[in-house]
Amino acid sequence: MTFLSYLISGISLGSVYALIALGYTMVYGIAKMLNFAHGDVIMIGGFVVFTAVSSMNTSAPIAIVCGIIACVVLGVAIEKIAYKPLRNATPLAVLITAIGVSYFLQNLALIIFGSAAKNFPDILKLEDLQLAEGLTVTGEAVVTILITIVIMIVLTLFINYTKIGTAMQAVSEDRGAAQLMGVNVNTTISITFAIGSALAAVASVLLCASYPLLSPYTGAMPGIKAFTAAVFGGIGSIPGAMIGGILLGVIENLSKAYISTELSDAIVFGVLIIVLIVKPTGILGKKMNEKV
Amino acid sequence: MKKNFKRFAAVLMVVAMMFSMAACGGDGGSGDEGGAAEFIIGGIGPTTGAAATYGEAVKNGAELAVAEINAAGGINGVPVKFVWQDDEHDAEKSVNAYNALKDDGIQMLMGTVTSAPCTAVVAKTAEDNMFQLTPSGSAVDSIKGDHAFRVCFSDPNQGVGSADYMADNFAGKKVAVIYNASDVYSSGIYEKFAAQAQTRGVEVVEVQAFTKDSATDFTVQLGKVKESGAEIVFLPIYYQEAALILTQAEKAGLDVQFFGCDGLDGVIAQLGDDAALAEGVMLLTPFAADAKDEKTQTFTAAYTAAYNGLVPNQFAADAYDAMYIIKAAAEKAGITPDMSVSDICEAMKPAMTQITVDGVTGEMTWSADGEPTKSPKAMIIKNGSYAAL
Repeated sequence: MTFLSYLISGISLGSVYALIALGYTMVYGIAKMLNFAHGDVIMIGGFVVFTAVSSMNTSAPIAIVCGIIACVVLGVAIEKIAYKPLRNATPLAVLITAIGVSYFLQNLALIIFGSAAKNFPDILKLEDLQLAEGLTVTGEAVVTILITIVIMIVLTLFINYTKIGTAMQAVSEDRGAAQLMGVNVNTTISITFAIGSALAAVASVLLCASYPLLSPYTGAMPGIKAFTAAVFGGIGSIPGAMIGGILLGVIENLSKAYISTELSDAIVFGVLIIVLIVKPTGILGKKMNEKV
Repeated sequence: MKKNFKRFAAVLMVVAMMFSMAACGGDGGSGDEGGAAEFIIGGIGPTTGAAATYGEAVKNGAELAVAEINAAGGINGVPVKFVWQDDEHDAEKSVNAYNALKDDGIQMLMGTVTSAPCTAVVAKTAEDNMFQLTPSGSAVDSIKGDHAFRVCFSDPNQGVGSADYMADNFAGKKVAVIYNASDVYSSGIYEKFAAQAQTRGVEVVEVQAFTKDSATDFTVQLGKVKESGAEIVFLPIYYQEAALILTQAEKAGLDVQFFGCDGLDGVIAQLGDDAALAEGVMLLTPFAADAKDEKTQTFTAAYTAAYNGLVPNQFAADAYDAMYIIKAAAEKAGITPDMSVSDICEAMKPAMTQITVDGVTGEMTWSADGEPTKSPKAMIIKNGSYAAL
């Protein structure tokens, strides 16, 4: 029974990772860049929702919508200002820029909100679910898992069955050819960032609902873990991000429970290394032939 | 290319020289004019960041004491100037803050507030032979060197005190521990607690650790504690993680007696709207704002009046005492502001071991290694405030 409860809390933690990993993996799949600022977009989203609820007394749904809008605007702005001028630069230059943006957002939040951690209000107000005697699941865990699954399905449908989704696939496969076929590459990449950032806003609410402590560094560690999850599942693959995230959460929690709380992160990354040795593209990653 | 580089190097060196000269000028200037005018005492602590509650309280407490001391004629008839620097509870920033204070010409240091930064700064003050008194840096190494003293209990002292208290008051109950393995304060208390618990026969049934990178999700640790059937959970950690643990313990349906050390001070404010979760939490600290003795009541009244109704916590009390301790030792040593930093330190060292200060955190004397002797008090959180037991 206790094993089950550790497993469930692991899945819930993993769902948050999965949701963040979706943002990483989409941007990587389409723009071929690692957006390390993604975790900090989550943090900004959290602060927007926090400010809306605690300072302006808005209701929870409006606050969440505000958070989503703010994150979308921020994500698109970051793409336009920081990444677009480097579209033809080396991947390393873009990577460094992304790290720069990440620090910029953290320090900006530090200046605006201060570094004292805020207690995030319980805006979802969810009841806990009693599955069996001695086995309860928090409402946040259930909602996180459900929302992550729904978003994954909607995203998959969106990419496979809409015009923009097809354009995304085209840009992902061959940017030059897509442009020649009349796909607007810049718009497509902007839309990708917009979707990724909207997911970040949702992730921020779920993250803060489960762990109600909000500081400018809130997004950093989950961001790294989610990136790991995206690589785990095969970066660029949407179901892969989901599987990677949940596996990561479960491995982390079970190794905390049965091996060592202090070694759990080392074990998580150890498993990642083994997976990458056996299957270098990750669990669901496609083998891409380099075109010469 | 090469020529450009040379030119660049030349410019760089000129700039560096200008800075170093400016620094010299600053030092000399304040030393001279600081001469007859005033004692400059520096303070360092986190007024923003993870442990901001402590830094703010210390700053407030120290400023209150300085205002009182100055109103009563200063130290040895010389007024005191108190300058403060924020370190965000970060060792590197704390050393930078100390360097900035030296530029301000400080002659003694009242700080730093938290253990890990204090351990870094104490090495720097040792180099400069600057007298240092930390109000609340409780790690053993926070006062390394014979120039450094502290007001609060040391970590071993808190660990031993907690184990003794449990042996005396919760005999026969099962105890679990959750501590931060990546923090010197937390692991320091835990180690001494574990040793003393064994000698006193306190039954420790579960020990769970976390690290600063995994300090958000405690479901597993709390699950283990629940499995173990512990009735008391010892939390030798800071209040932010404690707030998360209390929130998650409530969700996990864990009904136990939480027991902490001075790091838990501030948990009520951190919980905000959920402050009810802290009801019944016990902590070992040297100061209770609602104690009935006259000293505490005068201090609490003055503090509340000075800071918009804010009730002082033990950090404010430690800092308030720290200033009066400096005053007592300085008067015993007969120091004057025109003495050099090192001379002041040499005079203060023996004076510290000779004085007895009856402060708001108890009656204290010091040994040459800088440790105070005083006894801890247990407190419980009741109706949203700290009450003496």
